[in-house]
Amino acid sequence: MEIKLNVQSESKSAPTDSRLNSNNNALEIRDLNFYYGSYHALKNINFNVMDKRVTAFIGPSGCGKSTLLRTLNRMYDLYPHQVAKGEINFHGENILNPKQDLNLLRSRIGMVFQKPTPFPMSIYDNIAFGVRLYENLSKPQMDERVEWALTKAAIWTETKDKLNQSGLSLSGGQQQRLCIARVIANKPDILLLDEPTSALDPISTGKIEELIHELKNDYTIAIVTHNMQQAARCSDFTAYMYLGELIEFGQTDEIFVKPQRKETEDYITGRFG
Amino acid sequence: MNTMSSIQKTTIRNESKSKVQRFQDGLFLVLSQFSALFVLIVLLGIIISLIINAMPALKEFGLGFFVSSDWDINKQKFGGLISIYGTLVSSFIALVIATPLSFGIALFLTEICPISLRRPLGIAVELLAAVPSIIYGMFGLFIFAPVFADHIEPALSGTLGKIPYIGTLFSGAPNGIGMLCAGLILALMILPFIAAVMRDVFEIVPPMLKESAYGLGCTTWEVARYIVLPYTKAGVVGGIMLGLGRALGETMAVTFVIGNAQRILPSLFAPGSSIASTLANQFGEAEPGLHFSSLFALGLALFVITVTILSLAKFMLIQMEKKQGSKS
Repeated sequence: MEIKLNVQSESKSAPTDSRLNSNNNALEIRDLNFYYGSYHALKNINFNVMDKRVTAFIGPSGCGKSTLLRTLNRMYDLYPHQVAKGEINFHGENILNPKQDLNLLRSRIGMVFQKPTPFPMSIYDNIAFGVRLYENLSKPQMDERVEWALTKAAIWTETKDKLNQSGLSLSGGQQQRLCIARVIANKPDILLLDEPTSALDPISTGKIEELIHELKNDYTIAIVTHNMQQAARCSDFTAYMYLGELIEFGQTDEIFVKPQRKETEDYITGRFG
Repeated sequence: MNTMSSIQKTTIRNESKSKVQRFQDGLFLVLSQFSALFVLIVLLGIIISLIINAMPALKEFGLGFFVSSDWDINKQKFGGLISIYGTLVSSFIALVIATPLSFGIALFLTEICPISLRRPLGIAVELLAAVPSIIYGMFGLFIFAPVFADHIEPALSGTLGKIPYIGTLFSGAPNGIGMLCAGLILALMILPFIAAVMRDVFEIVPPMLKESAYGLGCTTWEVARYIVLPYTKAGVVGGIMLGLGRALGETMAVTFVIGNAQRILPSLFAPGSSIASTLANQFGEAEPGLHFSSLFALGLALFVITVTILSLAKFMLIQMEKKQGSKS
């Protein structure tokens, strides 16, 4: 309860209050609690994800940041005994509503995972696969969409001559960009990135970060990361989580330069975690 | 001085120890080589004895033995076509029925079934494999066949039997026992093997890969069809081939329900013979000579069929992998 008040007062006192205006919120998370069976993994989470901005989630392992991300597209629903309570408003709908159409929801809120997960099919089909699920495109339209998505994900020049090759033939960094392209091709509103660079080398990581920078012009992005420099480099807002609680949420500049809470400061200065 | 000698001591100890290790490793190498060679020797021995015993019949009838449908013990004229046909058809029926069922079972067990039911259901399917084949045979002959004759066969000939061309397969007198009944019992017998292999390979699909597909908005069926199945196709084909291998060689249950008639009829309701059932029925009374040798020739045919089909499956898999490497 104390946490909740704190977050709210913090966001109210932020100087650029107008940017936190609710009209610009892609997601509004209210009193979110999450349980793995009897384990209480997320405790009274309240904050907003701003539209067309990058929101980063940082915190030590097991703090619930990935869990939080997985509630946003209800990925947890695949597994038994995982329950979320509270509200997550997305275009005025509560996505935690049991009647929510999950397949539709997930096509609008795309997700990229810790490790590249190309499907066992050609590069072209990796992109076209998700599009075919919800759209009926002619062959030229589909070609165009595939090129568009691969270009957006900055991997078109590397793959344009081998679209028929298996997605598994690419390098790790390329595979991860392919996975981002695959999600973008569905034209989602929100991109969820769950430690997208944790399995990649520094050069590939740099490329993905550049990509995040490009993509935020068109998409709302939520990224979980272990790497604080990454959060500082590519996000507009940062949420620091610890033991299932949202300790501090605010603009990245402020969180990293002048954190309001001692715990946040300890974590980002490396004294803890 | 003191330290020197202690170092020397340890080196001596290590040397004697490494000698023992070298000996152990050498012994292990010889033993494992022997085990591997042993299998090869047995296999070779079986093939050679099959060929030697089949030789008189093959000399008498030539390669025509394998395409002739004669089987007349009195006239001493033998041909393997009837049995080969019965083996292939009954196994094919079994495969056509068991494969989709196994796929459904494996998919249910890995993707849909509540966790608490997974183990009991999995064990139940595996127990099907533990039932001795003679039990399947008795069940097939005394319980399944009468029901099959009274209800299922008339229903089939009333529906599928009316379709031109395919209709012939489902025509004729409903006997109960026959090719179709044998195929069904076989399907039941190979089902647990195919289902168990499929379940095991479905379980190794990385959860993250499935989640990425769900994350694009896939339904469970779409994930199974486009992600799980392509990812596991080698294992799935392997499972089906394991089932086919068993179906081809299954003897006891088939002998009970196939009808054991030495003829080929177009209807699947009609009784027939498989290689294994012919061997089981006739070896006891066969006298040394052409009859005996012909039975060995049939055995050789079964061996060749099994090896050919398994090799073809392997070859097909290699081709598929190759294709996937460059193009898919």
